Amino acid sequence: MSAKSNIRLNINGRDHAITVEARRTLADAIREDCGQTGTHIGCEHGVCGACTVIVDGMPVRSCLMFAAQAAGKQIRTVEGLADGDKLHPMQQAFMDHHGLQCGFCTPGFLMLAVGVLEHNPDISDDDLLDVLSSNLCRCTGYQNIIKAVKAAAKEMRKG
Amino acid sequence: MSAKQKFIGRSVPRLEDRTLLLGQGRFAADISFPHQWVMRVVRSPSAHGKIKSIEVSAALKLPGVHAVWTHADVPHVPAIPFRLTGLKTLEPYQQPVLAKGVVRYVGEPMAVIFADNTYLAEDAADLIDASIEPLQATMLATGQPGSFAPNLSTEPGVLQKAYGDMDAAFGNAHAIISLELSVGRHSGVPLETRGAIARYDEARDVLELHGAAKVPHWNRDTIAQMVGRKKESVQLYEGHVGGGFGIRGEIYPEDVLVCVAALKFRRAIKWIEDRREHLIAANHSREQHHHVRAAVDAQGRILAIEDEFFHDNGAYMRTHAATVPDLAAAMLPGPYRVPAYRAIGHIRLTNKTPCGTYRAPGRYESTFVRERLMDAIAAKVGVDVVEIRRRNLIKKSAMPYTLGLDTLGTQIVYDSGDYALLLDKALKAARWDELQDRLCKRRRNGEKVGAGVAIFVEKSGLGPFDTVRVEVKGDGMVEAITGVASIGQGVETVIAQICADTLGVDYTNIRVIHGQTDRIARGMGAFASRVTVMCGEATRLAAAKLRDKALNAAAELMQTNAAALDIVNGEIVRVDARGPSMPLAELARTLPGGLSAEDTFESKHMVYPYGVHVAAVRVDADTGNVTIERYAIAYDIGKAVNPKLVEGQIAGGLAQGVGGALFEEFQYDDAGEPLSVTFADYLMPTAREVPEISVLVSEDAPSPLNSLGLKGAGEGGANPVGAALASAIDDALQRPGAIIQLPVTPQRLKALL
Repeated sequence: MSAKSNIRLNINGRDHAITVEARRTLADAIREDCGQTGTHIGCEHGVCGACTVIVDGMPVRSCLMFAAQAAGKQIRTVEGLADGDKLHPMQQAFMDHHGLQCGFCTPGFLMLAVGVLEHNPDISDDDLLDVLSSNLCRCTGYQNIIKAVKAAAKEMRKG
Repeated sequence: MSAKQKFIGRSVPRLEDRTLLLGQGRFAADISFPHQWVMRVVRSPSAHGKIKSIEVSAALKLPGVHAVWTHADVPHVPAIPFRLTGLKTLEPYQQPVLAKGVVRYVGEPMAVIFADNTYLAEDAADLIDASIEPLQATMLATGQPGSFAPNLSTEPGVLQKAYGDMDAAFGNAHAIISLELSVGRHSGVPLETRGAIARYDEARDVLELHGAAKVPHWNRDTIAQMVGRKKESVQLYEGHVGGGFGIRGEIYPEDVLVCVAALKFRRAIKWIEDRREHLIAANHSREQHHHVRAAVDAQGRILAIEDEFFHDNGAYMRTHAATVPDLAAAMLPGPYRVPAYRAIGHIRLTNKTPCGTYRAPGRYESTFVRERLMDAIAAKVGVDVVEIRRRNLIKKSAMPYTLGLDTLGTQIVYDSGDYALLLDKALKAARWDELQDRLCKRRRNGEKVGAGVAIFVEKSGLGPFDTVRVEVKGDGMVEAITGVASIGQGVETVIAQICADTLGVDYTNIRVIHGQTDRIARGMGAFASRVTVMCGEATRLAAAKLRDKALNAAAELMQTNAAALDIVNGEIVRVDARGPSMPLAELARTLPGGLSAEDTFESKHMVYPYGVHVAAVRVDADTGNVTIERYAIAYDIGKAVNPKLVEGQIAGGLAQGVGGALFEEFQYDDAGEPLSVTFADYLMPTAREVPEISVLVSEDAPSPLNSLGLKGAGEGGANPVGAALASAIDDALQRPGAIIQLPVTPQRLKALL
């Protein structure tokens, strides 16, 4: 498994020219080859959602996608959420509602929630709960995450 | 301390959040060094067997694979020693860093590969050919003990804790109630897996270990001893830690192996655990089987409790040694008056993953046992589950209450508490009477709904000491340097709040340093809900000392006396608000030795928070699913430094408690093959399963053992969840005593229906 190819990953608007094996996951490529370590790896089989990033507008598990499959697509990671010093409304809401403790699952939740709300700003509470139940958090008991996402949804609709 | 508290008691935003929200956290996997090698662990595929040979040559032939080690390469490295409750008889059962002749659980490290990258290392691991002759696997902790090794049985020790006249109590009993109860094997399972990155720095002759957590100083001293270096030449560095829960930060084989390899190869060695490894190799917890008996009088008052239990510790005795069964035995009496008590705890080894602590260790288990017993006593004497508890609660007037047992090297003395008052508050918050009426009506309409209650005493603030040094830095910040650790619980914020109020500065101007062994000589770390209590009080002492120093020095410069001065927002000002002021940083610059102070808080006793959980559930008769409809928690922690963070701790603990009560279980087949090796079969609760809760943080019983009245808040969310849900499910089924085993999975509940 040593054949490598040259690809370009566009992360948060910036191109990264990297050389990867076909089997390299997008998560590993983002972290190891592009140095963006805000995307975390929690299970490597698509259950926990810690590695969630937005690819061409949709939240995806970057551990279940190969880097080569993401070549040429627009990838957004947690590092691209804030506008300079100003936190994204989702980040601000997580802070306001104590939606994080250890912070390991947080980037995945942020990208999941932002990706879904950008697509469907008026999502119902029950559908939102369904969406959020696709990622795991071991610290918060989820209720503060739910509160934060609902508050951010309101902000984002204004916005 | 400044006259008024501006920060203590307020839910100020966390100092930790911004970095984490921006994706700038530095977790173990985020740390890399130039030219590093990765380490991959080759794990036993067999639950029990003799290693005949481990063939490594094919793996070594792969380009980019540098070395493969088996036990023969590290015979000089000792087994991992005990950190807590280390009984002598348990020592022969300690785990070697690589299997020595015999493998004893699926997942045991047999060999390690050092290679250029993880993909390559995993390829190489596939080429390792181990020939293992199977031995009979012991999978049950009950029954006759088996053989661990020649002349060593699988029962390395039996704990006994007792007081009072058991024979008289059972002889005079109106009734004797006996139960057999089990708690399933589950664990903390943080979202960040373990990781360890070691490097040797020739320039300073220092071995560095990054990715440390929980108890960095203890681990530094122990690793130094294991690798044969002076402790001053080994330093541990804690970055961000993706959840602790007891499991993370203990010394495991992998931590030692990266250190030994970094010294040998003079390369940075990086090991990051994958999830499958985590689920079979990191500490499991909780698995116990109890036979409990109570002697009661005609009113259901407890005369005596006897509990004989079997603690399944898996294949080896790891760092916690007898801690979990010891705590289970010592904390079982809980909030009730138990005139005579005896616990006999059989520590047993099986061919499963070795065990350690998990949030509310021993108490999750023994609270389940005790509270099941209370429900059974209620049924026996014909009173309701609340009344039976009221009749037995220890009264406020009995505080401080000496239990007559010890644990973790301390005598158990409940320092303060008004258990009956908190029960009233919790029932009121849960609207218990109204709830009973409504559930009754719904049951008449055919629904299987019910409510349950559980009461518990927690322990926290384990000593024996914590030291803090507070320094005013040139940039105007104040550093509080501690030997505790942060596992995501908000240490930086809480310690900053205490430091800020004591000193007279804003909490955002405090930088809390933790988990860095090169910054402070000693420290106890973060476990046993100890940080806010022990480090909090040490911080207060050190900051008060610094404040005195600053005021005295400033008085001289400002030609007044110290009593005429105050520190407000980091400025030294005159109390009468006249004349010039001086920033602390400026004062520090004028003093030849700078401005700093260090102090230590010592405590021989733990402090004991207590709580009540009330649960209401609906059981689906078709699927066996349990839906939690309402959950109320009241927890008295003496004084909440940051109420929002306390509520966060409680909510998080509850979610983990729900996991262990309804979903999570490490299962094995009869041959010892683990069946729960992914998140698809080890089921942790999601946002769907964890209910909204109401939390009442109460401050009725400040601890008399520290000046702020603090007790730790970390474990009360988890402690009685199995107990409360079991009680509620019994009620929903209208079958007292139906639930005798956790987790109550849909399959098990279906079988009951």
